Amino acid sequence: MSEKVLEIRDLHVTFDTPSGPLEAVRGVDLDVSAGELLGVVGESGSGKSVSFLAAMGLLPARARVTGSVSLAGEQLIGASAKQMRSIRGRLLSMIFQDPLSALNPVHRIGDQISEMLRSHQDLSGREAEKRAIELLDIVGIPQPGDRARQYPHEFSGGMRQRVVIAIAIANNPKVLIADEPTTALDVTVQAQILEVIERVQERFGTAVVLITHDLGVIARVADRVNVMYAGRNVEQGTIESLFDHPSHPYTRGLLASLPRPGKQRLKPITGFPPNMLNPPSGCAFHTRCEFAADICKGEMPALVGFGDLQTACVRARDLPKNEIFL
Amino acid sequence: MSDELLKVTNLVKNFELRVNNGARRKKRIVQAVTNVSFSVEKGQTLGLVGESGSGKTTVGRCILRLIEPTSGSVEFEGHDLGSLKFEEMRALRRKMQIVFQDPFASLDPKMTIGASISEPMVVQGVPGDHSDKVIELLELVGLSADHAQRFPHEFSGGQRQRIGVARALALNPALIVLDEPVSALDVSIQAGVVNLFEDLQSRLGMSYIFIAHDLSVVQHIADRVAVMYLGKIVEIGDQEAVYATPTHPYTKALLSAVPLPDPKTERARNRIMLEGDVPSPVNPPSGCRFRTRCWKAQDVCGQEEPMLTVRPSGQMSACHFPES
Repeated sequence: MSEKVLEIRDLHVTFDTPSGPLEAVRGVDLDVSAGELLGVVGESGSGKSVSFLAAMGLLPARARVTGSVSLAGEQLIGASAKQMRSIRGRLLSMIFQDPLSALNPVHRIGDQISEMLRSHQDLSGREAEKRAIELLDIVGIPQPGDRARQYPHEFSGGMRQRVVIAIAIANNPKVLIADEPTTALDVTVQAQILEVIERVQERFGTAVVLITHDLGVIARVADRVNVMYAGRNVEQGTIESLFDHPSHPYTRGLLASLPRPGKQRLKPITGFPPNMLNPPSGCAFHTRCEFAADICKGEMPALVGFGDLQTACVRARDLPKNEIFL
Repeated sequence: MSDELLKVTNLVKNFELRVNNGARRKKRIVQAVTNVSFSVEKGQTLGLVGESGSGKTTVGRCILRLIEPTSGSVEFEGHDLGSLKFEEMRALRRKMQIVFQDPFASLDPKMTIGASISEPMVVQGVPGDHSDKVIELLELVGLSADHAQRFPHEFSGGQRQRIGVARALALNPALIVLDEPVSALDVSIQAGVVNLFEDLQSRLGMSYIFIAHDLSVVQHIADRVAVMYLGKIVEIGDQEAVYATPTHPYTKALLSAVPLPDPKTERARNRIMLEGDVPSPVNPPSGCRFRTRCWKAQDVCGQEEPMLTVRPSGQMSACHFPES
């Protein structure tokens, strides 16, 4: 495998809440290799966004973050605010679900891109403006010269998300984290944005982390996938292996619950996602798992190799073959 | 057809928009729904799909007369809803219910679940004590009797959606409009709620209008599908026909844009990438409204509005150059 650009080790994030400490991320290990597109899937509350907000240093002060996140050799956990400002936007960028709240309504689009460029590079105003227009062109905005002089409200949702991508890639970061970037968009526009992300990844060799709940989106664009549940990484592997023969019961359950052409009956996962104030002991999925045994309630399982996947299920070897898809 | 429950004919809904443009005040018309016609049979599910701004939610609300249609008629069990007096409409409303998208906003946080579920019966003046009925309804949607005394905040999204369904069922409706009923739910929870809709329909025999932007869910649950674009139905027909052989270019593009959870087929697919966004419904394109994004558009598409026409595979679509 190629060089690792982002390495997350034993990441824990705990929030103090009125009802006590809530551990949203409970020991996540995760690698992103140069130039790959890594999908991170999970349901709400699985800790997928919080893990990467922690890596970006964007969590509020009341969050306690421990563990290690190293980006191209630099340690991000415990870095000073000044160091993080220099890293964010230059080495590591993040885009979010709602592009409107990521843009400043009273500044022209071109100026917002220029600002990002000039905060990390020694460029004249004119050079930055020229580069901003190039970036708008790269993300597929027609008439970029005119559009650069417009304000966010003059753009549609899909076009705004393109602008946000242009800002995020302005300094050619090593890793772009995209947190549900297409969830607020219509499917035809979603297809366009996914294409832009793939284009950026190919053209600049940017590693992309795509956080989503949509397994279809993952199937379309990702090279590898991490599946998260209750603050843990429960399964990871290449896209082909994971969709072809998922090993973790949660991944199997997710795939079985999706509607597919010709399928008569959907198979939901029973129960509800756990309350993270008081998560189940051992494997947090055991309360909903049809294959759970006593051993699952004991220790929290670690990721171990299972064929070409890595899975955090102690019973993976004993499970029946998948006949889950129809 | 004899077992037709609902018939919508040439439904139009225009919203007036007042724009303050400096000193001048302008009135603009948003054409949310334009000449929409379809029917729903007893015990059937019609899927209404389209992107945001296509008018699918407005159609749902016009049917229930939660908003007044600008013109057109809605016939329910043979009654023209537009000609009914307020009291008559109120009586008919028992038979038509709606479940909303957001299970957090559609329940009163200060009312117990039991009170929320029995409210329709109180409003409609159903006599007697409703507590047995509430328990029956809770069990019908997969919750338990002791949930009646609790409040909405004690429930998860999926459970709240089930409560919304129980409330909709309270008056034994013949038609339920399901407006994006599973979009706010997590994937693993969605499947259970979709199964619930199917079970309830096979037990109680009501019809559904299932409004959604998720085409995979609609394919799973619907008998017939209507695809809307910018206020108009561009294609309508049996689910199998529309999904297997879409004839309108928009339907084809929409289906090809939905990512399938299977990397092999997903990557081998020929994808149709639509350019740009949906135009504004304030000033929709002349002729065929899809022509500004259509790769097949010719001059005639801007001059002449295509009519819904029956295609060889059985469905109807409105296009001058249909896919075969």
